[in-house]
Amino acid sequence: MAKTRSHAGRSIAAHAILITYTLIALFPVFVIVINSFKSRRAIFAEPLMPPLPGNWDLVGYQTVLKQGDFFLYFQNSMIVTVASLFFVLLFGAMAAFALSEYRFRGNLLMGLYLALGIMIPIRLGTVAILEMMVSAGLVNTLTALILVYTAQGLPLAVFILSEFMRSVSDDLKNAGRIDGLSEYRIFFTLVLPLVRPAMATVAVFTMIPIWNDLWFPLILAPSEGTKTITLGSQVFIGQFVTNWNAVLAALSLAIVPVLVLYLIFSRQLIRGITAGAVK
Amino acid sequence: MGALTLSKVTKSFGKTEVIKGVDLHVGEGEFCVFVGPSGCGKSTLLRMIAGLEDVTSGTVTLDSREITDEAPAKREIAMVFQTYALYPHLTVRDNMSLALKQAGEPKAKIDQATARAAAMLALEPYLDRRPAELSGGQRQRVAIGRAIVRTPKLFLFDEPLSNLDAALRVQTRIEIARLHRELGATMVYVTHDQVEAMTLADKIVVLRAGIVEQVGSPMELYNNPANTFVAGFIGSPQMNFLKSAALGQRGETTGIRPEHLTLSREAGTIPGTVSHVEKLGGETLVYVRTEPHGLLTVRLFGEHNYTVDEPVHLTADATRAFHFDAAGQRLR
Repeated sequence: MAKTRSHAGRSIAAHAILITYTLIALFPVFVIVINSFKSRRAIFAEPLMPPLPGNWDLVGYQTVLKQGDFFLYFQNSMIVTVASLFFVLLFGAMAAFALSEYRFRGNLLMGLYLALGIMIPIRLGTVAILEMMVSAGLVNTLTALILVYTAQGLPLAVFILSEFMRSVSDDLKNAGRIDGLSEYRIFFTLVLPLVRPAMATVAVFTMIPIWNDLWFPLILAPSEGTKTITLGSQVFIGQFVTNWNAVLAALSLAIVPVLVLYLIFSRQLIRGITAGAVK
Repeated sequence: MGALTLSKVTKSFGKTEVIKGVDLHVGEGEFCVFVGPSGCGKSTLLRMIAGLEDVTSGTVTLDSREITDEAPAKREIAMVFQTYALYPHLTVRDNMSLALKQAGEPKAKIDQATARAAAMLALEPYLDRRPAELSGGQRQRVAIGRAIVRTPKLFLFDEPLSNLDAALRVQTRIEIARLHRELGATMVYVTHDQVEAMTLADKIVVLRAGIVEQVGSPMELYNNPANTFVAGFIGSPQMNFLKSAALGQRGETTGIRPEHLTLSREAGTIPGTVSHVEKLGGETLVYVRTEPHGLLTVRLFGEHNYTVDEPVHLTADATRAFHFDAAGQRLR
């Protein structure tokens, strides 16, 4: 009895800690969302109050939606994030497969070289990247952003995925070879489904910094037609006056797509984990 | 069906040579078992026959066609793996028929081949299940079925029974022996278990450190081992190695199998004390500590009541003794 009770006690303590952490982590998001529905006066007077009939005001959303190009910004962010994610996962997984599967001279060095990018921030190369993009004529295109983000995401993807791919049974791949599957079929139909949890992890880690990034859109693609949502929201932050209603509304809206993507990947992640456990 | 010939086959990983020149002929319809301790190169050799590892030098010939540099799928071989290696996303039927589909065979032929293999292995009720819904024994049967469907010239087995429990292992072993009889196909089988080797093989190849130590039928190896390694590896429990000088025999070491030693409380040529007794019902294994030979194993049939620390006497059947020189080679 005593044992079960102490077990329950430990479980309560663990839950209490985790719930506290969740609340702390979610608090800023919560504050942003509730205040986006309030009038400017209410935001400053009682920032923690939930939106009530007295202080209810959709002026922020109206401003944002009236800003016309907002849907375009959204679309730009979506295109950049999804395309970069696709290329990071595709090329990352392919490189990881090559590194883990084939024995060739310089395999280890190549792996280290590809992983080096994790330690060196890509922003150090901003000037060179900008010069490159200018001479390639890619400034103010979404292609520029997709290229940069793909480069930025690849090192971590290669690193994580190659570790996972080493754990995929050699026998399975060899069985495929004997049955006459091409290396591409082995990669896409046998190996990729088995490393799906790792792919989901990489997808989440890659996606969020890209969606939130302000730096590269500001430098490489600040034109009206190529602004991303993060950059687009900046129009409401002035040097002297900031339209807080609009900023908060824009941020609240920006959370939605990334949340949806996250939910998709995390379900994949959990499915992958349980599939592995039950076998 | 075809005969397999390896000639002067070697394999190196970087500077380490793991297969040091193997010459071997496996006749048509023969069941050949590669046996040896782990790390002896038996699996590497099998993979080289399958085309999963490059051959560093030498040639592999199957059915009078050189296949040394052929892709695995073009070699007309099929392989069964230790970990089953079934495709997790395909049903049993699709697992079995994939190779023929890849080869572009007509659908009627594929269905017929799959049905035949499923009937042979009693897999019909499971054809629409996925591998995850099968037990270990069933999975290995599917893997064997996948090999049969292809009607290859050569079957390769890479320790197919190692992941099964003891009862299933015996059952599947019998199944494989039956399939070999029914199909009459050439098979190469890798195992570290000498019991599997003895029971299945027409021809056993004993490997050590990348070198073929001896090739022969199970009884040839049992009755006529070429050196102490083969003598020790074939036969269970292991052969006893005694010091020839102390026995007044030829050579450096004298090998006597546990079943060729007799045990007596009264008289015998080698005195010792019982160190441990294993009663298996049908037979009793008695471990006897002796000077200067060390621990010797005696295999007695039926039940015997020897107690630990009891003084006993051993007598070796001199006609069944093997004599080896200092290098471990057999003296004839």
